[in-house]
Amino acid sequence: MVLFMLNVSKSPWLLHYDGSSCNGCDIEVLACLTPIYDVERFGVINTGNPKHADIFLITGGINKQNEPVVRQIYEQMPNPKVVVAVGICACNGGIFKECYNILGGVDTVLPVDIYVPGCAARPEAIIDGVVKAVALLDEKRRVRKEEARQ
Amino acid sequence: MWSIISVALYLILGPVVGGLLAGFDRKISARLQGRQGPPLLQPFYDLFKLFSKQSVVVNNVQDFLVCGFLVFIVFTGGLFFSGGDLLLVFFALTLAGIFFMMSACSANSPYSAMGAQRELMQMMAYEPMVLLTAIGFYKSTGSFAVSDIIHSSVSNIAYLPGIFIGFLFILAIKFRKSPFDLSTSHHAHQEMVKGLTTELSGNILALVELSHWYENAFLLGVVGLFIINSNWWSFLIAVPVCIIAYFMEILVDNTFPRVKWEVMLKSTWLVTLVAGVINLMILSFIK
Amino acid sequence: MGVIAFLIILPFVAAFFLAFMKQQGKMRDYFIYTCCAVIVAAVLYFAVTNLINSESRSYLLETRGLDTAILIGEFGLMGLVVYYGFHYKKYYVAFLSIAQTGLIAWLELFGKKIPEANHILSDKLTIMMCLIIGVVGCLICVYAVGYMKEYRAHHPEYRDRSAFFFAMLFVFLGAMFGLVFSNNLTWIYFFWEITSICSFLLIGYNQTQEAITNSIRALWMNLLGGLGFAVAIVYGTLVLNVADLHGLVTLGAGNEIAIIPVILLAFAGITKSAQFPFSGWLLGAMVAPTPTSALLHSATMVKAGVYLLIRLSPTFAGNLAGTMVTTIGGFTFFAASLLAISQSDGKKVLAYSTISNLGLITACAGVGMHEAVWAGVFLMMFHAVSKSLMFLSVGAVENSTGSRNIEDMHGLIVKLPGLAFVMIVGIAGMFLAPFGMLISKWAALKAFVDSNSLLLVVFLIFGSATTLFYWTKWLGKLVAVLHHSARLPNTVGKSEWFSLISQAVLMISLCLTFPLVSTYIVEPFLSDMFHQTLPAIISSGNVNIMIMMLCAIVILPIAVRFLTFGKKNKIVMSYMGGANAGDDRNFIDSFGDSKPMYLANWYMEDYFGEKIILKPAIMLAAAGLIVMMVIAIGGAV
Repeated sequence: MVLFMLNVSKSPWLLHYDGSSCNGCDIEVLACLTPIYDVERFGVINTGNPKHADIFLITGGINKQNEPVVRQIYEQMPNPKVVVAVGICACNGGIFKECYNILGGVDTVLPVDIYVPGCAARPEAIIDGVVKAVALLDEKRRVRKEEARQ
Repeated sequence: MWSIISVALYLILGPVVGGLLAGFDRKISARLQGRQGPPLLQPFYDLFKLFSKQSVVVNNVQDFLVCGFLVFIVFTGGLFFSGGDLLLVFFALTLAGIFFMMSACSANSPYSAMGAQRELMQMMAYEPMVLLTAIGFYKSTGSFAVSDIIHSSVSNIAYLPGIFIGFLFILAIKFRKSPFDLSTSHHAHQEMVKGLTTELSGNILALVELSHWYENAFLLGVVGLFIINSNWWSFLIAVPVCIIAYFMEILVDNTFPRVKWEVMLKSTWLVTLVAGVINLMILSFIK
Repeated sequence: MGVIAFLIILPFVAAFFLAFMKQQGKMRDYFIYTCCAVIVAAVLYFAVTNLINSESRSYLLETRGLDTAILIGEFGLMGLVVYYGFHYKKYYVAFLSIAQTGLIAWLELFGKKIPEANHILSDKLTIMMCLIIGVVGCLICVYAVGYMKEYRAHHPEYRDRSAFFFAMLFVFLGAMFGLVFSNNLTWIYFFWEITSICSFLLIGYNQTQEAITNSIRALWMNLLGGLGFAVAIVYGTLVLNVADLHGLVTLGAGNEIAIIPVILLAFAGITKSAQFPFSGWLLGAMVAPTPTSALLHSATMVKAGVYLLIRLSPTFAGNLAGTMVTTIGGFTFFAASLLAISQSDGKKVLAYSTISNLGLITACAGVGMHEAVWAGVFLMMFHAVSKSLMFLSVGAVENSTGSRNIEDMHGLIVKLPGLAFVMIVGIAGMFLAPFGMLISKWAALKAFVDSNSLLLVVFLIFGSATTLFYWTKWLGKLVAVLHHSARLPNTVGKSEWFSLISQAVLMISLCLTFPLVSTYIVEPFLSDMFHQTLPAIISSGNVNIMIMMLCAIVILPIAVRFLTFGKKNKIVMSYMGGANAGDDRNFIDSFGDSKPMYLANWYMEDYFGEKIILKPAIMLAAAGLIVMMVIAIGGAV
């Protein structure tokens, strides 16, 4: 029972970052917080602060200007952490892939754990992705604990 | 003897009560918004998760300052529940608040600094009312000691209605609820990230959460102090009053937007003057 | 008796010699150190022997020769003031001095001769004041030795008058000793005027236009108080047949007989302690070098005003004089703390804080009851030590960094850790539980509630809140950990460090031992004064709890370090939306350029600024003062 309570999965706090998005996926992410989808029932809180967050939820592609920013935010997040790329633009650049300023999806900068495709990604898909990310978090925490023990 | 038991109960049950209150807060707020809301024990899951995370800090003094905050909040509550001097209790609370504020100042970060200044403004706003509460109890019972106050023959709220209202008003500031949650709150802060707690993470943030739960338990204890008298069944009335007071705070939290600091300062000082000082004046004539 | 005479005379003799030691050098430094050591030793000897004997002593019934010498001295002071008045074309100053000296001289030479009381009185309060003047005063003089060297190096544009400066400091010490030992009102008046003149001369040290203007303002305000003092003496001798302080207090305690001299003496105390409406001179006095600000304008001279008020407090109970004193005091406490919020100059914050705390002591004295005076005496003691520590630290910081603006003290804990730590101790001692000022404020609050002074309670609770604000702001600036700041070279000399650390240690030990001070010094004094013994103001249970808190604060950093709490912490940059340039000081703007980040405290000049509050406060206080004095004097005549 105690071990159950200690799971990170019971309290996944996410940081929502808009890269170069058209805001379509962002609106869908915020829709997840509304009463219809209500992610707070899983304990998910949208914290705006990397130091408090477990999940880094990125929408939109990566361009020259936000590449160092994304990296800096990721570094300020404490372990264990996961990165979720929401929307096809975050996955591989999407329809803006050929633009002069877009470098590509999030995986050009950070190690992405979960890809949620879609344009815009549906709230159901986003929630599904977050739930999978949360399970990954538990896995990462377990690994961290074992490494600490050694 | 009793004081040791009540302090021990506070030390052990304080965070439990505080966490459950926080859980109820989120659940009720969610229902008020037409959502399902998180499970009741969610704050405890949050706390344990925070303890299991890596701590990232911006400097090496944050730890010490947050520990100071926790130690003195527990000290405040412990002193209160052991029947100590009410004025000293509130002074210790101020000391704890200053430790918390200094941890934000030490971070040298824009959001923390803003949060710290706002927190200081909040402290300036509620300090007169808090001191007036202690004075009110002294005037109506002749003693500052909590152990004497709980043995009064009549519930002190009969003598201190204005001060009770004033105290409930500033409780919104202490519980960090709208309209007075300027410096940090549990909701996403679109203007200041997380304010005071921006640069805290991991187990340090968990300690801050824990301190808030201890503080909330203590504050509801003060609300109960208005009701408790020498009859044993006054406890049975005090508990529902505390719960109703907390529910009112949740209701206010969900219906009022956050205000600017000028509005907070003016309204709080006005309420202190009107409700609190007039109450004290009348009390001076009676007693 | 010998020790008393020694204490009063030695500083004057030392000053005489110092005035001729124009050469800055080791000889002058050691002369000052030796004199300070001798004074401290004498004060401690005096304190210990009198505490063991534990009774009040009074001396010197027949003093014809000394009285004549003092009269000559007063004419000398008048001559000095008239000279400066004409020199700076401020004739009203000369007029004030002539008026008051004339009154006293007329009384002395042609007035009624009445049987006199002992001229020197030494009781427990005297012991405490001596200790404050001797120990704190001499520590400040020791500090001044190192400070003036750096001051000269930083300000080559000012003429070096440091021999004169040190001489004046010692003259002042002698005058303060004379003031607290004297019982005869004319003697007190004489030493009172010496302190006013010292203040005038020291504020004008730089001889810049601003310094001269401010020194004249200090002079006329203090002389106005002195005029009130002179009228009080004349009235007391002619109408009430009393010429000494103790007699006046005995006569006037609890009734309205002596209200005219009492209210005039209260007026003198109010001007000396820079209460509203006379606060302007203390603000202006901040142009003087730091040791002046510490010695005269926080630790000792302004304490002379509240010392007089404390002595008079039995005569304030329940009459209009008391109401005037408490209202002015309480109002000053609140208004000055509001003004302090909007100041960013460190010395101005300290000046307003001094005025504010003096207001609280004034209010305590004016209540005229046992508990309140207990609080007032402790406030006086703790304030003297903490405030001088703060002033000296700010002076040292100014010498090291070139600025005394609080905004420039951002990150001081990394740049100048020693000074920052001393300042943190000083600030904590000014308002934080479990340190000294908090204890006294607690007792004051209880006393105000017990005496049913609702207005004072309101002033105190709102004033406490605003006091909390401006001190904590400053504290926050000091503890900001600004990474990779260059550690500034330590230019603070040995004499300054010795003084600073001694005072910090003194403050903390006073916080720990104040129950002893209460039992052996203050309570017996209050029993004498009010002819009643009351139970301890702060119960022993609470004292124990506060000592626990103090220990907790001290042990906490050690415990945290010991428990290796946070050893595995990873240090990252602060959050600036991901645009931190990497050094926690700059951020990358939208054009890709690096821009500096600046964190400032809130000053809220639109609400708490001098432009908004100062004039109305002065006008309100002046109106209240005039109305109450007129009613009181008119009613008694």
